[in-house]
Amino acid sequence: MTELSKTGAAVSEPVGTSPAPTSFLEVRDLKVHFPTDDGLVKSVDGLSFKLEKGKTLGIVGESGSGKSVTSLGIMGLHTAGQYGRRKAQISGEIWLDGTELLSADPDHVRKLRGRQMAMIFQDPLSALHPYYTIGAQIVEAYRIHHKVDKKTARKRAIEMLDRVGIPQPDKRVDSYPHEFSGGMRQRAMIAMSLVNNPELLIADEPTTALDVTVQAQILDLMRDLQKEFGSAVIIITHDLGVVAELADDILVMYGGRCVERGPAEKVFYEPRHPYTWGLLGSMPRLDREQQERLIPVKGSPPSLINVPSGCAFNPRCPYADLPKDNITRTIRPELAEVSTRHWAACHLTQEQRERIWTEEIAPKL
Amino acid sequence: MLAYLIRRLFAAAVMLVVIIMVVFGIFFLVPKWAGVDIATSFVGKQADPAAVQAVREKLGLSDPIFIQVWEFFKGIFVGRTYSGGGDVTHCAAPCFGYSFRSEQAVWPVLTDRFPVTLGLALGAAVLWLVLGVAAGVLSALKRGSLWDRGAMVVALSGVSLPIYFTGLLALAIFSYGLKWIDGQYVPLSESVGGWFGGMILPWITLAFLYAAMYARITRATMLEILGEDYIRTARAKGLTEQVVIGKHAMRSTMTPILTMLGMDLGALIGGAILTETTFSLPGLGQAVLNAIKNQDLPIILGVTLITSVAVLIANLVVDVLYAVIDPRVRLS
Repeated sequence: MTELSKTGAAVSEPVGTSPAPTSFLEVRDLKVHFPTDDGLVKSVDGLSFKLEKGKTLGIVGESGSGKSVTSLGIMGLHTAGQYGRRKAQISGEIWLDGTELLSADPDHVRKLRGRQMAMIFQDPLSALHPYYTIGAQIVEAYRIHHKVDKKTARKRAIEMLDRVGIPQPDKRVDSYPHEFSGGMRQRAMIAMSLVNNPELLIADEPTTALDVTVQAQILDLMRDLQKEFGSAVIIITHDLGVVAELADDILVMYGGRCVERGPAEKVFYEPRHPYTWGLLGSMPRLDREQQERLIPVKGSPPSLINVPSGCAFNPRCPYADLPKDNITRTIRPELAEVSTRHWAACHLTQEQRERIWTEEIAPKL
Repeated sequence: MLAYLIRRLFAAAVMLVVIIMVVFGIFFLVPKWAGVDIATSFVGKQADPAAVQAVREKLGLSDPIFIQVWEFFKGIFVGRTYSGGGDVTHCAAPCFGYSFRSEQAVWPVLTDRFPVTLGLALGAAVLWLVLGVAAGVLSALKRGSLWDRGAMVVALSGVSLPIYFTGLLALAIFSYGLKWIDGQYVPLSESVGGWFGGMILPWITLAFLYAAMYARITRATMLEILGEDYIRTARAKGLTEQVVIGKHAMRSTMTPILTMLGMDLGALIGGAILTETTFSLPGLGQAVLNAIKNQDLPIILGVTLITSVAVLIANLVVDVLYAVIDPRVRLS
């Protein structure tokens, strides 16, 4: 706890309950729980972060770590169209440009969706309606938020398709999704998301369903578009290579909580959480000449119903026995600032982590 | 789209010729192979050999099968004259055979009875589509609620109860008990109100059965579609829930419903035997039932043909509508 007292209370992590955030997007203690027959699934369990306009936040983690649930939570898509009796239980605060979304009128949030905040989904084939043309779907997205006639909206759709690099946009606007290639579909999806100039863009694994050459093109496109539109971007992925390309900040999620967060270069070059080390060790790298085998993170992701007590990562952590009194298995570590704007939640002392990283982990990467 | 349409039409025409040949084959070849003399079924078992021979000659039963098929095809376009044993019967074009059992040409029987069955099937279809799809969508949107459970119990009973039970129940309650409806069939040309009154109970009875099936399939499909990624996309655009359900989800839900509708309508137009019998409607179903009882082969043949054509046309319409709804179908 010495680190915390050294840096002082100016650190906003964890965030207090005081209103009027200064950031463009601020998430405070977000919890998204799903009741099921087997028990309460705590997909996201106390997540806080901030994001400014023009910046990109990369959220990384394994499947089931709560990345997508977080993004859908910000968009308000856990509550819209819930027809079953079992509704998602959401608590915390989501402040977008001065409006708290969780307590806002659902219809007001609906009007923000697609206009102020937009989303790009993982698989553009299943995320686009197979029965409507690309153009019709973009026109629809535009006309919900702009009172213009179909002709104007169509011109706007063609303009957007041109902007995302679709050749012959005036012809392809009348194509159906199945007539596009995977990369073209994702470009169309991006065009649809950006048609209303959203200030917040959430990209949920935007390149996972695409092949590698197309991935690079899409990432380039997203970078260019962010510069052009100046929006805040959240990019969700399990691929550290993707965030390395795009993100200013990185947030590492494990078991529904943030385990490490900080500027991208800090998280990449001075990571201070054993799980982040594991992620880096399991990433293939082409910039190294000789590479031993990739080192996977042993074990499987934690159950979100019976989350391990203490540190959720303790069953898979090779260093779980280092801290005294078995506290890794009894007390949950909170995020603590390890250097400027860089937080990690771990019971190991700063010195222990610095030593393990420089002596044991970094040389093997 | 036009090429697709032409291809389907051509396929339908070829199919029709094949159907006629197969049906003809079944009715005239199989008895021969089974060692049954068709001629005796026209004159009675104790008839003297001369009379049997006369019938055989008159119907051309001794001719090779392809001649018989040819005569049948020819009769459809130019009419046909049966003569043998000094006895001449004329059957005007389009001649689909002549029933010597009931001493009438088959075609007028079909044209008399077809409108009754068509009216029954179409009226019931409108009812069951509206009720079934509405109940199914509501159940899907209120999954697990009291409404959903109630609707599904009613649907299960609708699927399980036979027409002759629900039909008789409807007759007993509304016609004999409450005396709201006089169950008599009146042709549409005589009185619109009378026709409506005569058809309302058969419609409801038939629609109850089918609405139950359609509610179940609509509910299941809608629930599946609501989980699709593109529905989430529609919400992410900021569309209202009415548009998400009414436009994006409904369009996809319609595909399996349409497929079922085509097959059900086709089959029903061939004769809703149970409904027509229960409510004494003079439709094709009743005609074919009587024909089967009397071993009246030409009538059975005619009704079978008209059923096949109905199924064929219904499927053609469904295929075309399919292509209109789902752009991916147009490719193949």
